[in-house]
Amino acid sequence: MQRRLTGSANDPRIKARYRGERRFKAYTVTALFVAFAIIVAFFTDIISQGYSAFYRTEINVTLDYNERAERIGRFALAEDMREIVSRGAVRSIPLDIRNNPELAGTTRQEWVPTYSRVDQYFKGNEELPPEMAAQVEELKEAGVIRTTFNWAFFTSGDSKLPELAGIFSAMVGSIFVLFVTLIFAFPIGVMSAIYLEEFAPDNKLTQLIEVNINNLAAVPSIIFGLLGLAVFINTFGAPRSSAVVGGLTLGLMTLPIIIISTRAALRAVPDPIRLGAFAMGCSRWQVVRDHVLPLSLPGILTGTIIGLAQAMGETAPLIIVGMIAYIPEAPGSIFESATVLPAQIFTWASEPRKAFVEKTAAGIIVLLAVLLTLNAAAVFLRRKFERRW
Amino acid sequence: MKTWKTSALAVAAAVGMTAVTAVEARDQIRIVGSSTVYPFASYVVEEFGATTNFQTPVIESTGSGGGLRLFCEGVGVNTPDITNASRRMKPSEFDRCMDNGVTDVTEAMIGSDGIVIAQSADNEKLDLTLEHILLAVAAQVPQNGEMVDNPYTNWNQIDSSLPDRRIEILGPPTTSGTRDAFEELAMEKVSAKYGFPEEYTDIRADGVYVDSGENDNLIVQRIRENKDAMGVFGYSFLTENADTLNAASIDGVEPTVGNISRGDYPVARSLWFYIKEAHEGVVPGIDEYVSLFMDDIMIGEDGLLIDEGLIPLPAAEAAEWRDRVANRVNVERSDLE
Repeated sequence: MQRRLTGSANDPRIKARYRGERRFKAYTVTALFVAFAIIVAFFTDIISQGYSAFYRTEINVTLDYNERAERIGRFALAEDMREIVSRGAVRSIPLDIRNNPELAGTTRQEWVPTYSRVDQYFKGNEELPPEMAAQVEELKEAGVIRTTFNWAFFTSGDSKLPELAGIFSAMVGSIFVLFVTLIFAFPIGVMSAIYLEEFAPDNKLTQLIEVNINNLAAVPSIIFGLLGLAVFINTFGAPRSSAVVGGLTLGLMTLPIIIISTRAALRAVPDPIRLGAFAMGCSRWQVVRDHVLPLSLPGILTGTIIGLAQAMGETAPLIIVGMIAYIPEAPGSIFESATVLPAQIFTWASEPRKAFVEKTAAGIIVLLAVLLTLNAAAVFLRRKFERRW
Repeated sequence: MKTWKTSALAVAAAVGMTAVTAVEARDQIRIVGSSTVYPFASYVVEEFGATTNFQTPVIESTGSGGGLRLFCEGVGVNTPDITNASRRMKPSEFDRCMDNGVTDVTEAMIGSDGIVIAQSADNEKLDLTLEHILLAVAAQVPQNGEMVDNPYTNWNQIDSSLPDRRIEILGPPTTSGTRDAFEELAMEKVSAKYGFPEEYTDIRADGVYVDSGENDNLIVQRIRENKDAMGVFGYSFLTENADTLNAASIDGVEPTVGNISRGDYPVARSLWFYIKEAHEGVVPGIDEYVSLFMDDIMIGEDGLLIDEGLIPLPAAEAAEWRDRVANRVNVERSDLE
């Protein structure tokens, strides 16, 4: 009796298996589709809410540095303009005159931002009282009101006046914080990893350390915030809200990520390279410096960039060390109070003014753009320098 | 590579050293405290920075209790100069201040904030009483002399004059100062009057009252979409969304600037800040900042903060507080009890 070992396409059992495979494939495609749809919906929503923050409405006015304007800046404007022009454009006039007395009595013609409600009216987000709407429409017809790219969003700090609010101070804060994180976590992380991977004996102690490092990488970030508060602020007396405290706190958080990725990169360097170098009489330090480290550097950098990108989007630990603060001016050093991009988004999201909705979304767009750039850099480094053995 | 590493270490060491020395001097005012006062105070801070040659103060939103805790930690440049509060300082906090050497503190009242109960403007306006609200949100209610689990699921079960609509209230979570104020003003103060055991503040947890996060904007968005729900949040969010929301009157009083200012609207609280006098003359600009905050330009009836949603004090009371602050009258324990 002959037993059929290979089934024909008509065999019902084979058919059932194919059906099963097709069904499973359909599930995976659906999952992918759902994930993709969520991302598309998210981006569409954020971009449609946020793109209008990248342009703003400006008005051409005459600023008259007269006597009354020396006390209250608004009086530098013609009477019918006072409601339309942003207060932020004129409030510093008394101070300007005091600091530069030669300004008194002069006039100048300038493009200044409009009041946020006028801006929002032209963007279709808010209504204006009918008279005011008619007035601004007329001014627009006459070319006195224009719409331009909102450079101020990138060059000025936070403001309570939505028409002036920008991300500059948060950006500078984020850069300072990441700088401190990098300076702190990169050398310590890489050194620790080199020791553990290249020098350390394999015993109970190093195993314990290894387990702990892996655990640290999974600790919720807010715990690092509490640690930062206790150690850097309360014990060492570092200034609250400053980039140095935020950076060191995020550094603690990034440290295990850098150690783990560096160890993986070092492990990827094949042993024959080490053994070859040893055979030539190299010391362990020479092997690491001249052979292992250069070969694993792309992997180390990739891991570091991903760690930094994660730190960049972190908010929770920074709340604890006081970085959710109102910082209109960019910090001048890492010891001054600073805020960071995600914290800025968080602050704007809780503002009652509707005009901050677009600012919030625009902040998210900028943050996403920065994160995508960082991750793209990581991918690029890996692609460009990665070596396979 | 070797020199690079040595210099990196030197930089790291230098960073560590300066971190320790940097706190010894400060020429920037530090403010902490209530998230309710935060939008107003940060407005003044920005104005102060833009219109004077002083540095812009740093203001951090820590909540009223958190702010007073930091404030009362002691005197010295690593403690805040001013703290904002959406309630008055408690006697216990006053004692802690005294114990830590913060003996001269000036109290300033800047205005009020109303808590509104609002819904989507598609609904007909509601006239609620404090009793309705209490019965709608309490975990247990008195029935026939006994406390039973809150049985009300629809508004008309509480009072037949109310619509036949599911009770669904979106409000702040327990960490919020608005929640504290709501519990105090709409529950604690009136519970005894409506047959509750004294000072009842338990909010039901059976899904009728929904904790909706610290961010009032979220509550506003959700009641705009969920037409059945009512939201509990600060007055400034109502004025900003007046086109899409309507607020219930409480005990016949509408939440308007006049009614809240006069104290007629029952669910309203005063807003405060506290100045550490020992820091005046040490940290520059405190006096100028305080004067600007108390000025009519800011908190007067046509002041800039009124556009931001602050409810001004009645003129006489405002003048009285301005005097007290100008003369730096120390707050006494007896004021707070």
